[in-house]
Amino acid sequence: MSGPSTYTPKNGFTKWMDSRLPILRLVNDSFVDYPTPRNLNYWWTFGAILSFMLVVQIVTGVVLAMNYVPTAAMAFDSVEFIRRDVNWGRIIQSAHAVGASMFFAAVYIHIFRGIYYGSYKAPREILWILGVVIFLLMMATGFLGYVLPWGQMSFWAATVITSFFSAIPLVGDGLVQLIRGGLSIDNATLTRFYSLHYLLPFMIVGVVGLHIWALHVPGNGNPAGVEVKDKKDVLPFHPYYTMKDLFALVVFLLPFAWFMFFAPDALGHPDNYIVADSQVTPLHIVPEWYFMPFYAILRAITFNIGIPFTDIVLINSKLGGVIAMFGAIIVLFFLPWLDSSKVRSGSFRPVFKGFYLLLVISFIGLGWLGSKPADGIYVILAQGFTAYYFGYFLIILPILGKIETTRPLPNSISESVLGPSATREPAAATMQGAE
Amino acid sequence: MTADVKNEPTRRDFLYIATGAVGVVGVGSAAWPLVDQMNPSAAVQALATVEFDLSTVEQGALVLIKWNGLPIFVRHRTPDAIAEAQGTALADLKDPAPDSARVKLGQEQWLIMIANCTHLGCVPEFDTGVFRGGWDCKCHGSQYDSAGRVRSGPAPKNLVLPPYEFLSDTLVKIG
Repeated sequence: MSGPSTYTPKNGFTKWMDSRLPILRLVNDSFVDYPTPRNLNYWWTFGAILSFMLVVQIVTGVVLAMNYVPTAAMAFDSVEFIRRDVNWGRIIQSAHAVGASMFFAAVYIHIFRGIYYGSYKAPREILWILGVVIFLLMMATGFLGYVLPWGQMSFWAATVITSFFSAIPLVGDGLVQLIRGGLSIDNATLTRFYSLHYLLPFMIVGVVGLHIWALHVPGNGNPAGVEVKDKKDVLPFHPYYTMKDLFALVVFLLPFAWFMFFAPDALGHPDNYIVADSQVTPLHIVPEWYFMPFYAILRAITFNIGIPFTDIVLINSKLGGVIAMFGAIIVLFFLPWLDSSKVRSGSFRPVFKGFYLLLVISFIGLGWLGSKPADGIYVILAQGFTAYYFGYFLIILPILGKIETTRPLPNSISESVLGPSATREPAAATMQGAE
Repeated sequence: MTADVKNEPTRRDFLYIATGAVGVVGVGSAAWPLVDQMNPSAAVQALATVEFDLSTVEQGALVLIKWNGLPIFVRHRTPDAIAEAQGTALADLKDPAPDSARVKLGQEQWLIMIANCTHLGCVPEFDTGVFRGGWDCKCHGSQYDSAGRVRSGPAPKNLVLPPYEFLSDTLVKIG
C-alpha cells in the first residue's frame, strides 16, 4: 500500500481475478511484497502476535459459546461443565481465560513500544488513535467476559464497574439502572453482557483492519525513527518479517502454553470459584492484573476537588477517581500533539529516556498497588505514581521536546544498521514516498 | 428554477426540512425501543415488597436480607450505639444527617439500610472499621458510623435507606 503496487498476476486465473476483485493484489501488497524497514527489532513483532491472539480469542470464544449457558442460574455450572465434561473443554476454556491475559500482556508491550519509539508522531497520529480505540474495546470486552463465569469476582467486578457511571451528576443513577437492567446486577445484566461480549471482538476486528490500513499508508516506523528513503532501507515483508514474527510468536506461545496447560487459574482469583452472591462482597476484591494500574488510579483520588478556602466541592472524590481513571486512557488520544519533540525515536533523546523509564516504573508500580489494600502508604504511593503518569504526558512531554539536546540522527535506516560508512546510492534510486 | 433566485423559502424548502424532521423523529423513535429494552423489565419493576420479622434479631445483632436483588442491613442497635450516633456533631459529617433522619421515630433501635457502599457498591463489613458499631468498606476504604453515615473515604453519601414501614413493633415491610 505504501508506494505503487508491485503485484503482477502470473496466470490466467489471477489475471481474471485481478480485474474483478483485486484481493490477491491487496494481500500481496500488504503482507508479501510490503516494503518494511530493515531495522525492525523484536519489539515490532507484537503487532503480529496481537493479531494472532485476537484470532485465538474469537475461535475459542465461539466454541465456548456452544457450551456456555448465559443465565444467572446456569452460568457458573456451565463453565464447570465445560471444564470437566466437554471434550477438550479444560484446554479450550483455559486458552480463552489465559489468552485474555496474554493478549493484554502483548498489548501493553505494543503500547509502550509505541511510546518509546514515538510511533504516535506525524504522519501516524490516526494509526495511534485507532490503537487507543482498540485498547478501549479490548478493556470493555475483557471486563464483559470476566463477568460471564458468574463467580464472586465476576459479580462484584460488575457491581463496581457499573457503579462508575453513578458518579456522573444527574443522570448517573438512571444510567446505572439502564446498564444493569435492574437495581442490582442480575440475570438481565448477565445476558446483555454476554451479547455484547460476543459483539465487541468483531468490532475490534474492524478497527484492527483500519489500524493496519493506517499503518500501511505511511509504512512502519522503526527504531531509528527516520523515514524510509530508498530501497536499501526496506525488505519485503515476506519472508523477512513473516519469519521474524513467527519466531517471536513461538517464543510468546511458551508462557501462554505453560499457563494454559499447567496453571490455568494462576492469573485468576480463587474467589471466582464461589458462585455469585449479592449479599457478600469478598474481603479483598481486585480486578484482573491487566486492569490494576487503572484501578490504582481510581483509588488514588481520595480527596474532593473544590474551590480553595471554601467548602464548595466541584468534583467529589468518587467522580474524581472515575475521571482520573478514564482520563489515564483519554490522555493517550492526545499524545501525538502533547509530545513537542521533532525527534521520533527515544533512542536519540537522552533525557527522554530517563522520564520514559520512570513512566514504566510508575505504571508497573500502579499495577502492583492496585492489588494492595487502599490504605496508608499504598494510597500515598498510588497518588505519587498517578501524578507522575499524568505529569509525563501533560507537562514533561510538551516541555522536554523544546529544551532537550538530542543525539544526531542517522542519515538513513541503512546507515543506522551498517554504520556511517554505508555509502549512499545515487539519487535515482530514491524511492518515492515518505519525506 | 429562476423563481428560486428570490431567496424566499419555497414549498420545496419546506418539504425538504419537513422530510428531514420526520426522518430524524422516525430514526429516533425506531432507536428508542432498542435502548429502552435495556431498562428494568416489568418483572423487575414490579417492586416486590419484603416483610421481615424483627423479633428474630437480638439487640446488638446485624442481619442481611434481600430486597429487589439488593442486600439490606437490618441492625438492632444498642442504647449506647444510639446515644453515640445522636451525639455526633453534624459538622463532623461528610453528608450531614441527624440520627433522627436515619431511623423511624420511636424505633430508633432499628437501622434499615441498603447494604451497598455509595462509592462503588460493595457490601461493607460490620464493626471492623474505625467506628464502633459502624461499617468498613474493604473495597476502597470508606468508613461509616453507627448510623450508617459516611465519615471518611471515597464514598460521597450515607448508606441509602430503602422505603420501609413498621407494620407492628416486630414486623417491618420493606418496599
